[in-house]
Amino acid sequence: MYMMWAFVLLPLLGALTAWLTPDNRRRSFVLPLFALVHLAMTTWLLIRTPPPSPGGWIFLDALGKLTLLSNSILFAVCAAYAVGYLNYRRKRNNRVLCTALLICLSAMTLVTVSQHLGLLWIALEMTTITMAPLIYFNHNARSIEATWKYLLICSVGIAIALLGLFFLAYSTIVAKQDVSLLLGSLISDASRLHAGWRHAAFIFLLVGFGSKMGLAPLHTWKPDAYGEAPGLVGALLAGGLVNCALLSLLRVYQIAMASSEGALFQEVLLGMGLVSMAFAAVFMARQSDFKRMLAYSSVEHVGIIAIALGLGRAALFGALLHMINNALTKGVLFLSSGNMHRAYNSKSTQFVRGALKRTPWSGALFLAAFLAITGSPPFGPFVSEFLIVSTAFVQQNYWTGALFLVFLALIFIGMASTVLPCVMGKLPKSLENTPYRDTAHTVLPPLFLMGLVLMLGLWIPAPLQDLLREAAGLLGGGK
Amino acid sequence: MNSLADQLLVLCLLLNFTVLGTSRLAFSVRAVALQGVILGVLPALIHPFSWHLVLIVVSIMLAKGALIPILIMRAIRKAEIQREFEPFIGYIPSLVLGALFTSLAFIFAARLPLAPEHEGLLFVPASIATLMCGFLVLMGRRKAISQVIGYLLMENGIFIFGLLLADAMPVMVEAGALLDLLVGVFVMGIVINHISREFSTLDTSRLSALREE
Repeated sequence: MYMMWAFVLLPLLGALTAWLTPDNRRRSFVLPLFALVHLAMTTWLLIRTPPPSPGGWIFLDALGKLTLLSNSILFAVCAAYAVGYLNYRRKRNNRVLCTALLICLSAMTLVTVSQHLGLLWIALEMTTITMAPLIYFNHNARSIEATWKYLLICSVGIAIALLGLFFLAYSTIVAKQDVSLLLGSLISDASRLHAGWRHAAFIFLLVGFGSKMGLAPLHTWKPDAYGEAPGLVGALLAGGLVNCALLSLLRVYQIAMASSEGALFQEVLLGMGLVSMAFAAVFMARQSDFKRMLAYSSVEHVGIIAIALGLGRAALFGALLHMINNALTKGVLFLSSGNMHRAYNSKSTQFVRGALKRTPWSGALFLAAFLAITGSPPFGPFVSEFLIVSTAFVQQNYWTGALFLVFLALIFIGMASTVLPCVMGKLPKSLENTPYRDTAHTVLPPLFLMGLVLMLGLWIPAPLQDLLREAAGLLGGGK
Repeated sequence: MNSLADQLLVLCLLLNFTVLGTSRLAFSVRAVALQGVILGVLPALIHPFSWHLVLIVVSIMLAKGALIPILIMRAIRKAEIQREFEPFIGYIPSLVLGALFTSLAFIFAARLPLAPEHEGLLFVPASIATLMCGFLVLMGRRKAISQVIGYLLMENGIFIFGLLLADAMPVMVEAGALLDLLVGVFVMGIVINHISREFSTLDTSRLSALREE
């Protein structure tokens, strides 16, 4: 029990340390230090899971474990990358960045371990707020616009989710039960809750968590925030925060599936997923800003996960695997694109050309991650997307399967038309002189992630497979 | 006691319309703050006495009635603006839409039954109507501060509903939600400050560099 609290509080201690460290350079080392301790504790907790806390509020179940694992790995990689990155940005004070990153890690951890939906909501809201100063790191007109949009839309979304939670709690009062927002009791009593309130609650929760996740048509903040945030913040937004919001949605999914409204909830998710993929396919084409393009890719992949949840059964395993694949691959994409951004001092395809010559490692990583994220073998996302689309056909849901494949193809073409000229192409004649060169500090972290993505495509370790199966079981997925 | 609670809820609804109909920012902030104070009084009227309840009453009044208004007033003073200017949705249309949303809220609420102990109270329609009015302000106004006021109105709407659960919710959840709200408004205040320095205006329609062609 104390172990769990220590686990959540440890990053806060790190945040305090970062805040109190006066020296800009030395402060950046606080990040990897605490991130590695966090990763070590995560591994320990995965092997020896402590029993639920006395009130049942804190417990690490299989779904929480998966999210925690991917968050912790991603954060550790981003923290290692941050040392090299912040070295290039020595003039900018990084006190707020380091502190907010570690507070965010603490909140993300709390999201994964809480079994009480109220506590989960508080932690999720905290991750939203702490990300705002990170998006604003560059302190210019464009980044403030992105920050404002992000802050407003996500705050409103998450407020609507709170109302949904209140509705859910009230449905237990009307049904004459003790009020409880504990996940376990909500699941076991799901079918006895008052139907009208429960229905309203599901809609509000879906809208709320959906906007945080960036499911279309609630995704409008995403391109701006992802485009303007520094690469490592983008990686955490697209890999970490999205998974936290997804985990919250999965909790609602668990309750919905235990009630009589599971089928309806699945249909809505399926619809939103397809709309998300369609939006991504349209806006991905002719995108001249490669970081904004990544945002639409993120919309696409939360859409894919939503479709998998909508299909249910065998696709659930794929959904969870895709959650991890997407987070890790997005990490590579954002970190390597951040490097290219530094090297060219631009993120427009007009100026960024021939990255393979200027920054060979980052360019190659960006290219490989592009192939991975669009579902090319032998990388991880191929396996999970294949699982999902084959389930659609097995369930004789031909329309979904066909649309899924068409959108994937369109997105591949759209993304290739941006990525290939950036990476291959000829170097532009007039090249701005920038201090950035590929070094071990900024290349090894994304390279490590890329290795993991490749590994997941070829071989999924047995413990991870068990964990995925157990988590899919929690969602109601058959073997 | 219940009739007094209902009267206070009607007052909340009226305050929505004051915010919808005025261009003066300081006035709107005061209206939202007054709403916050009413929100603090309400749980005392519908739930039996407990120390848990006292804590909630005090913290809601302190946060929504004092701290948050002070934060926003400071942002208004620093940015040196007094009025909303040329909103996307004018004041008269806002009022009409507000009335429409309020009546829709009553229709919506009629379909959802209340627990016997809350029978006949206006909590649900008041909550939904305030939420919608807040949304209207958020969407219809240009100035960043007006948008924050709209957000606060929405939050008030959500809290109105939350009051029905006041003695059932664990105190930690309530406190956490309020704390998050406070920190959120604090961060928004800082961002507003930066917007006014960067653009020398708080007009969010100027924030359009990132639009998709």
